[in-house]
Amino acid sequence: MALLEVKDLRTSFHTEDGIVGAVDGVSFSLEKGETLGIVGESGSGKSVTCLTIMGLNAKRNTVSSGEALWKGKNLLDMKPRELRDVRGNEISMIFQDPMTSLNPVQTIGNQLIEAVQLHRDVSQRVARARAVELLKAVGIPRAEGRIDDYPHQFSGGMRQRVMIAMALINDPDLLIADEPTTALDVTTQAQIINLMKRLQEDFGSAIIFITHDLGVVAETADDVLVMYAARVVEHADVDQLFGRPQHPYTWGLMGSLPRLETDLDRLIQIPGQPPSLLRPPAGCRFHPRCPHVMEVCKTTVPELVPTQRDPEHLQACHLDEETKDREAAKLLEATMAKAG
Amino acid sequence: MFRYLIRRILWAVLLFIVITFVTFVIFFMGPNDPARAQCGGDQAQPACLKLVTEHYGLDKPIYVQYWRFFKRLVFQQNLGHSYATGQSINQAIGKAAPVTASLVFGGAILWMIMGLLIGVYSALKPRSLLDRTAMVFVLIGISAHPVWIGLIFEYLFGVKLKWTPIANYANFFGAPKDSGLPGGPWQWFYHMILPWCTFAILFAALYARMIRANVMETLNEDFVRTARAKGAPERRVLFSHVLRNALLPVVTMLGMDIGVALGGAIFTETVYQLPGLGRSLIIGVQSNDFATVQGVVVFATIAILLFNLIVDVLYAWIDPRIRLT
Repeated sequence: MALLEVKDLRTSFHTEDGIVGAVDGVSFSLEKGETLGIVGESGSGKSVTCLTIMGLNAKRNTVSSGEALWKGKNLLDMKPRELRDVRGNEISMIFQDPMTSLNPVQTIGNQLIEAVQLHRDVSQRVARARAVELLKAVGIPRAEGRIDDYPHQFSGGMRQRVMIAMALINDPDLLIADEPTTALDVTTQAQIINLMKRLQEDFGSAIIFITHDLGVVAETADDVLVMYAARVVEHADVDQLFGRPQHPYTWGLMGSLPRLETDLDRLIQIPGQPPSLLRPPAGCRFHPRCPHVMEVCKTTVPELVPTQRDPEHLQACHLDEETKDREAAKLLEATMAKAG
Repeated sequence: MFRYLIRRILWAVLLFIVITFVTFVIFFMGPNDPARAQCGGDQAQPACLKLVTEHYGLDKPIYVQYWRFFKRLVFQQNLGHSYATGQSINQAIGKAAPVTASLVFGGAILWMIMGLLIGVYSALKPRSLLDRTAMVFVLIGISAHPVWIGLIFEYLFGVKLKWTPIANYANFFGAPKDSGLPGGPWQWFYHMILPWCTFAILFAALYARMIRANVMETLNEDFVRTARAKGAPERRVLFSHVLRNALLPVVTMLGMDIGVALGGAIFTETVYQLPGLGRSLIIGVQSNDFATVQGVVVFATIAILLFNLIVDVLYAWIDPRIRLT
């Protein structure tokens, strides 16, 4: 049995302007210790997918359907009590902005201890020792002394380390990292990514890594889910995805990656804007921006189906596979050539 | 922390000098003749006028008069004597201040309780029936004048329903012997209910609205989501993560509003004929009794500065981000 199995997850927000379908039929599954990368532009539904799994969407005006089976039990049907026992204990989460994700009026020690004591019946002293242990594990220098400091006394990178310590403190089976490095500067990003990779080896947690950074995905993920406008457009293991990408949107994402070695006047970008989810385009949602658009794309929604060569490689595009392989090869050649 | 405190105290001293001086000047500029007031108004005898003028130094330049007043205040803690009645102003304020303090502090407790209950509840259930009802109450509370509310309350609860007395004050520690006045804690409470309600409504309304907005904003903060992601139950999220953050600005407001409220107390004291500072001030102004007015202003200034100081210290204590600055 998979650790987490998400089936046809849908989440929509009822706003004054109408219904926004933020997640539309997302399915995937995750094994123990595995890392899944979810990529896509802002507003493609990556975060909402995970917030839905965690039951953290605002209750008001939000409707979710589908299944998120956690060790066989549907998280979406769980009573608040049961769900609380899972949250922070079996599944924990790190958020994008470490500057605002910690309570400013409590010491980080108290926040870590709270995380322990919410799930374990242990004394203050034991919980505190555990907190120090975790702060050391995430590389906070002088952890014994700094545990009584307040969040404003830490830098952004250090705060994200604290968040990671808090997420791992109960030895979770799954860690959901929602763009954990987006708000950090580049050197700190690399440190945090390395830290997470090392900790995954130590703790053996599965990780869902939400990002819009393909580089991060290539470095960390086993499996990749590419989302566009609330839907999954491509799902493959990381070698397949980077070696033989099958969706024009994935090509666009890869084409827009800047490389240090090449001299470009301007970055290549996907033309246009992501569509409004209030009134998404008919047919394939990527068709208004797709350079390979055909008549069928404007009317018929492409299904997420396996490629002929690899049954594990799912993609949702009307183009024939030959063309796609040719385009993918061209793209790779171009990047290789650029890289010299 | 220590330096922070020293700086706040120095600031308070400076403010005190400025405020007393400005009050001094304003009253001096006005068409007042304290000497005439002291000597019985229009029928004043020239000899009396001369005597009084010399005694109080009324012919001296304003800064000399201010300096005399300031010296006496700082070194003898003496506010002088009323021009109108000759009574010691220290004594008059000593009698009036407890009345105003009862009104303001009792009122503040009442408005905080109401503001918190209404504010937090409406924030948790926005657009519910209770939220909407509460916001109508807030609108009325903000728009209606305390004198009007006071009169309505007096008529309704005092005259019609006969639940409460309609005026006068009862001393908490018992009335003076043979005065025939009511006294003791229960009578005090009984006489203060209506004034408290009248006084608290405006602020309860303002605070309910402010607390509602703060709590709603804090509920959307990232760290609240973090707390939920940790598996904290809603009660815990509310009490240990939302409220403390949401109430930080309320503490500052409370410190400042106690001062504003002293001004508001004048109306309530007038409606319910409470012999507090507000009444003393009005009588002082009406009878050109500069000494009394100055005395009340000085006292109120000290009280407000003191509250602000307490609030500053309290704020540094509850908000760790303030401490080092």
